[in-house]
Amino acid sequence: MARRAGETRAGDVGNALQDSAVRVAAPTAVRAAIAVRHLAKDYGAGGNAIAALRDIDFSVGEGEFLSIVGPSGCGKSTLLKILAGLMPASSGEAKLNGTPIEGPRRDIGMVFQSPVLFPWRSVLDNALLPVDVQRLGREQLLERAHALIALVGLSGFEHRYPWELSGGMQQRVALVRALIHDPALLLMDEPFGALDALTRESMNVELQRIWLDRRKTVVFVTHSTSEAVFLADRVMVMSARPGTIADMLKIELPRPRSLDVMTTEAFGTYVRRIRAGLNAGGGLE
Amino acid sequence: MTAKLANFGLRILLIAAVLAVWEAFVRVLDIPAFILPRPTSVFMALYRGTVSTMYFEHLQVTLTETLIGFGVGCSLALVLGTVVALSRRTEYFLYPFIVMFQAMPKVALAPIIIVWFGLGLTSKVITAALVAFFPLLVNTIVGLRSADEDRVNLMRSLAASRWQIFWMLQLPNAMPYIFAGLEIAMIFSLLGAIVAELVGAESGLGMLIQSMNFTMDVAGQFSVLLILSALGLALNGIVTAIRRRVLFWDVSQKLQIEGAKVKKGGTT
Repeated sequence: MARRAGETRAGDVGNALQDSAVRVAAPTAVRAAIAVRHLAKDYGAGGNAIAALRDIDFSVGEGEFLSIVGPSGCGKSTLLKILAGLMPASSGEAKLNGTPIEGPRRDIGMVFQSPVLFPWRSVLDNALLPVDVQRLGREQLLERAHALIALVGLSGFEHRYPWELSGGMQQRVALVRALIHDPALLLMDEPFGALDALTRESMNVELQRIWLDRRKTVVFVTHSTSEAVFLADRVMVMSARPGTIADMLKIELPRPRSLDVMTTEAFGTYVRRIRAGLNAGGGLE
Repeated sequence: MTAKLANFGLRILLIAAVLAVWEAFVRVLDIPAFILPRPTSVFMALYRGTVSTMYFEHLQVTLTETLIGFGVGCSLALVLGTVVALSRRTEYFLYPFIVMFQAMPKVALAPIIIVWFGLGLTSKVITAALVAFFPLLVNTIVGLRSADEDRVNLMRSLAASRWQIFWMLQLPNAMPYIFAGLEIAMIFSLLGAIVAELVGAESGLGMLIQSMNFTMDVAGQFSVLLILSALGLALNGIVTAIRRRVLFWDVSQKLQIEGAKVKKGGTT
């Protein structure tokens, strides 16, 4: 991981600028594909080890939207952290675009349950955090930042500070920040879990719109079965302790989906099947 | 607005009333001036000392000692605090010293420091620096370590280097703690300078108090105390003003300001 980061940083700034310029010009160039094989994760060691994940096998296609649903403590956040390179797996492997994930990578964007904004940075500066960290050149990406801020409906708020925004608006800033360096993969860890139901639904619609626009590969962790179905191409259902894959289903609802789709028979069928998978895994009390 | 003005007037009236009662009390009971001077003689002493510029000369000495001591103590505290916060190893080795010194009342070292460094500026600066050092050291360490885990994970997920995490996250995140430490350090360095002057000095407001004590000039001592509290207020005001500018984003500070507003509103 350090090697990877060091390599890129060692390259001269001009290279980095060129690189980012290319990425800005052609946002559809690189697409990630995730392949996870026999992945397992234990916390602790020896007899006291707690199994968090067991026999995790799945893959995500380029530009695909995968939702992961599971009860609390099923290890879905752990899985996401492994994919982000924040935590090593105990065994098995996870690959992104054919290369094993061994540490944090510059081509991943992450959104957490809380917005995790820096209060000393304005909306624009928060959005540009990855640009500052990866030295991509603010001038090159300023236009892109404004475009993304407009895309999430925050035009005019560029120079406001996080405490001046509502929870939903803050989470939109976090979304812009995750997209600014044009990552190949977007990892979202219950990003709308802290929002009220109405804001959450509108954020779902918005996220779908952005996804249709940008076609990133997305891994989206959630508690909510309806949110999972509404957004995803495929839903992965996990069981609790140790986390295993209980079910994997393809969602064949036409896009763009409106909120009305939630009242359709087909939608209900998907939700019931996910619930059945959760029940079988002992997920619902 | 008129209510605010009326309140301000009331405040002044109250102060005047307290002074009047004090004055009457001393006159009626005929208390000797070397026990408790009358407010009027305190103000006379203040006037005389100010007009003769004697107070200014001593004020300048004390202010210089305080500011240099503050600068030295705070610089060392910031550097050492950063090193300790970033390296568990350093902390392990320095911890016994820090704990020992922290528990000790630092002003008790003043007599030894005077013996080692003489009656001049150096001994005062060292005492002031020593007293200012610890509160800021502790706050710097705590502040730098208080970065939220999610924020650290966010920086790591962007493949940030350790230095970037320090400069972009830990340091700004520690600023509220550091400024709280600076405010204490400012007042403490004045305290340190005065104590060192009381123990042994050739000039300075502390030395002035000491020499007035020998001549039983209690009114003069009161007037110097007035100058000292004005000095303390001014120094604290400067740090607070800088904090407000730097920490415009700090929500807890906003709450304080709003809380003060609510309180003021409540009294009107």
